Amino acid sequence: MKPRHKRFVWIAAGLAVLGVAVGLVLKAFNSNLVFFYTPTQVANKEVPQGKPFRLGGLVTAGSVQRDSNGLTVRFSVTDTAKSVPVSYTGILPDLFKEGKGVVAQGRVGADGVFTASEVLAKHDENYMAPEAAEALRKAGHPIKGEMFAGEKPVVTQQPSASSPPSPAPAPAGAKP
Amino acid sequence: MLFKYASPASFYPLAGKLAPVFAVIALVLTAVGLYQGFIIAPTDFQQGEVYRIIFIHVPSAWMGMFIYLVMAMYACLALVFNTRLSAMMMQALAPTGAIMTAIALWTGALWGKPTWGTYWAWDARMTSTLFLLFLYFGYMALDNAIEDRRRADKAGALLVLVGVVNVPIIYFSVRWWNTLHQGATVVPGSSKMADTMLAAMMVMTFAMWAYAIAVALWRVRGIILEREKNTAWVQELLDRP
Repeated sequence: MKPRHKRFVWIAAGLAVLGVAVGLVLKAFNSNLVFFYTPTQVANKEVPQGKPFRLGGLVTAGSVQRDSNGLTVRFSVTDTAKSVPVSYTGILPDLFKEGKGVVAQGRVGADGVFTASEVLAKHDENYMAPEAAEALRKAGHPIKGEMFAGEKPVVTQQPSASSPPSPAPAPAGAKP
Repeated sequence: MLFKYASPASFYPLAGKLAPVFAVIALVLTAVGLYQGFIIAPTDFQQGEVYRIIFIHVPSAWMGMFIYLVMAMYACLALVFNTRLSAMMMQALAPTGAIMTAIALWTGALWGKPTWGTYWAWDARMTSTLFLLFLYFGYMALDNAIEDRRRADKAGALLVLVGVVNVPIIYFSVRWWNTLHQGATVVPGSSKMADTMLAAMMVMTFAMWAYAIAVALWRVRGIILEREKNTAWVQELLDRP
């Protein structure tokens, strides 16, 4: 083996080892690398208990209500399987809309309501002219984006046969 | 033929001939791309006009990652074949890669405020892109910190090679983890944007690509002259009127 072949083998081996090591580290820290938790994770109590965290999902259509003071907004965030009620006092981003993505920072109170201190809009990866979007909507093909990591482009209803349908989300972190 | 141009003495005039060509290509494509993006491409159905920053943001983010991959390839060549020009090309590419990454982060922040509601969030895509910028800075700092040229080249090449694992992390971050940043609009073979918008984005990408080649070639000419200043051919070049 010529010296340069040897050097190449060492570099390739080094990069392979490094890649595996980084892969393992990322896998180990996986839960810390997610920017937000889904309503299903909240229901399954897979979120940091008693600590603030970010909740992400779609704003449930028809759920947005404004309090009489005009500043507090109540809505629910859903991942189409579970949903979490959210209360937020403050200014919402322009792209905040029913049926669209949202990421809220806050904590779950004893009543199961997620009180947000910050609400960010998460828009999808589709870009088109308004007329094209309107035409698609009329043709019965609403534009759907990927909200969650690893999701297929079209959001499908997940059959949750294992758990009985519960109208109210489980009060995560409902400890006194 | 290719190996002939691996020698700095023969690459120097070639770079001098190619750089203006790529600069002109970059200028023309930028004009076409900006016209296509800001005049022809339609308004977006969700974001309105603000989405147009995509025509700068995505090409610069792509170039930030791509230039790093090219640097890693040169790092590999430099370490395996001990070719002088490879290390010089790394040195010439780093500032352009850094500025592309900085533009991507900057335009991303300007885009994030009106759409998401924040300039910055520590999500996986943004954090790993910031790390890419620090890798460029780290490489340039290390390269400048070591006096001995050969050792500086070796150390820099090693750093660049180690950092290359970050590039797939940036690219796949939106698929592997829940992030605030949306998923990829354009993946090889398909796109989720109107064709006129896609055309503008691709033209801008090629414009930035041509720009990166042009400035890297000009920069490498300076690096060649500086490093080879004691050789006969540079002396001869300098003595010419």
